[in-house]
Amino acid sequence: MTQLLQRILPTVQKPARYTGGEYNEVIKNKEQVRVRVAFCFPDTYEIGMSNVGMRILYGVMNEMDGVWCERVFAPWDDMEKQMRAYNLPLWALESQDPVKDFDMIAFTIGYEMSYTNILNMLMLAGIPLRSKDRTELKNIVFAGGVCAFNPEPFADFIDFFALGEGEEVTPEIIRLYDLAKAEGWTKDAFLLQVSKIPGIYVPSFYEHSYNEDGTIRQIIAKEGAPTVVTKRIVENLDGAYFPTKMIVPSTEIVHDRANLELFRGCIRGCRFCQAGFSCRPVRKKSAAVLLKQAVELLEDSGHNEITLSSLSTSDYRELKELTDEMIPYCEQQKIRLSVPSLRADNFSRELMQKLQTVRKSGLTFAAEAGTQRLRDVINKNLTEEEILTTCANAFSGGWNNVKLYFMLGLPTETDEDVLGIAELVFKVINTWKEHASNKKRGLRIHVATAYFVPKPHTPFQWEKQITPDEYLRRCRLLKDHFYSKSIEYNYHAPDLSRLEAVMARGDRRLCNVIEKAVQNGARLDGWDEFFSYQAWLDAFEACGVDPDFYTTRGYGTDEILPWDTMDVGVTKEFLLRERNRAYEEKVTPDCRYGCSGCGANALLKEVGCDA
Amino acid sequence: MPRLLFEKKGNAIWVSHLDLMRIFQRAFQRAKLPLKHSQGFNPRPMVSIALPLSVGVDSACELLDFELDGCAVSCNEILQALNQNLISGIVIREVYEQGRKIRDLSVLRCCVTLEYDQGIPNGAKQAIEKLFSQESLIVPKKTKTGLQEQNIIPMIRSLELQQIDDNILQLDAFVCCQNPTLNPAQLILAISRYLPDLEPNFSRCSRVEVFDADGKIFR
Repeated sequence: MTQLLQRILPTVQKPARYTGGEYNEVIKNKEQVRVRVAFCFPDTYEIGMSNVGMRILYGVMNEMDGVWCERVFAPWDDMEKQMRAYNLPLWALESQDPVKDFDMIAFTIGYEMSYTNILNMLMLAGIPLRSKDRTELKNIVFAGGVCAFNPEPFADFIDFFALGEGEEVTPEIIRLYDLAKAEGWTKDAFLLQVSKIPGIYVPSFYEHSYNEDGTIRQIIAKEGAPTVVTKRIVENLDGAYFPTKMIVPSTEIVHDRANLELFRGCIRGCRFCQAGFSCRPVRKKSAAVLLKQAVELLEDSGHNEITLSSLSTSDYRELKELTDEMIPYCEQQKIRLSVPSLRADNFSRELMQKLQTVRKSGLTFAAEAGTQRLRDVINKNLTEEEILTTCANAFSGGWNNVKLYFMLGLPTETDEDVLGIAELVFKVINTWKEHASNKKRGLRIHVATAYFVPKPHTPFQWEKQITPDEYLRRCRLLKDHFYSKSIEYNYHAPDLSRLEAVMARGDRRLCNVIEKAVQNGARLDGWDEFFSYQAWLDAFEACGVDPDFYTTRGYGTDEILPWDTMDVGVTKEFLLRERNRAYEEKVTPDCRYGCSGCGANALLKEVGCDA
Repeated sequence: MPRLLFEKKGNAIWVSHLDLMRIFQRAFQRAKLPLKHSQGFNPRPMVSIALPLSVGVDSACELLDFELDGCAVSCNEILQALNQNLISGIVIREVYEQGRKIRDLSVLRCCVTLEYDQGIPNGAKQAIEKLFSQESLIVPKKTKTGLQEQNIIPMIRSLELQQIDDNILQLDAFVCCQNPTLNPAQLILAISRYLPDLEPNFSRCSRVEVFDADGKIFR
């Protein structure tokens, strides 16, 4: 008889995402494996396989002797229905073994709204959701990724979190587990030891108590756990492990290309941006190493496209040297080189021209705010002149498509700032009229506004989020001031961003809410077709938790913040200073112009910050 | 144009036609066998697969045409190099310097497996044989524009039914595969439409071999 899974596969969309078997997949002999890790990504295969971090850590773990790391992704709902109908537990791609057979279950959490997927995956795997209900050393559940920088809303479910970059800490964790398993430790004994590894946060060792007004009264570290857990970083990226033999998916994924990271950290300090602060200090890879890795990656994968990634590519010091070498190589090999996140400066414009010899890609500006005043408040140093000069160049070069991204609800925003967006768009249209080389094709301007979500570890971590109604009023105000037919304006419903704001700055009282939301059917929240706001509202209601406490209330600067236990390198004093400068409408020059003393350089022992 | 014969089996059967093209393009690139690219604004490496295969169907007789960009490599070297760079389940069996015109490809030998978990029902074999010996058998076919009713009998060159074990019946059929085309899955549809009591718990199709109109193996 044909196996159950083989019978189910013909009935679901894109069955190849459930079978594994891709080029460069790692298969090991189970007899020689001592520790099996199920590395779970809480979204679909297409999203998860596009994640570079997961690919690096998959390589790191599989390099280890006696360790086999396999991949697990969230099933699409058609597959989930079949799994439930036939009692088919969640499996890992490589061995097709059930997740509950694994020693360690790892999650990477890059997005707050994937919490429900994690619980759903644990449920599908048949593993108890709460840490306290998993009493054995086997099936230990740990997690990393940016959400670990405020893991409190998920504290009850995960046995321990690893903060920061995983290249070095992951092998330390697994070696300890290897020893624990060999010596037959209890789960508690293991957690006690793992909490001693720098960068590890064991939530059950911390006791949170609350004041009458709902704010945190005290966080007590028990069992000798550190009061503050400092994130881990890799100091020398040139020497860091980087897999040039990566899995090449057999089915199309979101970022279906080779991906090379230029540097980590960011010198810009846009005050709303979590990555800009939490990824500091700046560490770069040298052009020589990058070039070597690019060629190895491309030769081994057979990809016909490579992307150079970073938080702000124009700030990579050796960008000219690197692209001067890469452009001829790629042209000769018929490989597309894509360089996203370029700033609107002169060199970038030249580089864009050179890259456009094959294909014209779009022109996108993340201006974030409509007036210079508000751009100064958020420290987004992109001027109107830069936008218009770049547009003028592009329009005369034959482009006729521009995307402009903004946020609404930024601190100090007034209606004047909102209307400033309409004015800026109007100026872009005029620039096109003046410079377009071919007016017959017409102009398309896509404008999108997002609902501002204050994030932990940023200067805006204390800010209020505006109410959903106020956000919608500002959207409509803006819409009423767009007169041209060339403009296509999109704004998202505020529901998802409101929940994102709750989770981003949430505390442990949200654990019940998340579990309840999952019981109400919430999962795949990042997908419009599955997102159910009502499931969440009902969960808040049932648990007696008011979402506004985390959003429109705003946090006091003297308040104990749920994420005070997590240290990402930048100091609270620096964030406060930046917050004050925001209110004074003062920009802070980028780190290359002068160090503004964020404190993240203290994470470095061997090298200096490369800002 | 050179042609290669490959099989698609195991988990590779879940890869779609478009994804399979990408897999080949990358395998050629990895094997350092540069493919000729299409001209124009958006150059694409040129590979083409004769008869797109449905997802979930295995095959021992897939044909792919390709053209290398100016390097002289022997057929055997191409076969070796590609096989080292493909995924498990896809195996190149043969490489030919020149293939016949695809329009001469006309007959497919296919195999349809019918699985009955509670055992093959009594009289199933006879009933199914009788069904396919009718003069006309109207079965729906999915087309780009929607469902179309089609008489499949003229497209069946021959059909034999074999009992494999207590649970499995197997159809071995020679069917038209171009102008007009019979998709082997329509044979299963015919059974579920006209003999609903004999609808199997699970069924699958495989391609065995391709022929020209005179019954000669097509390459």
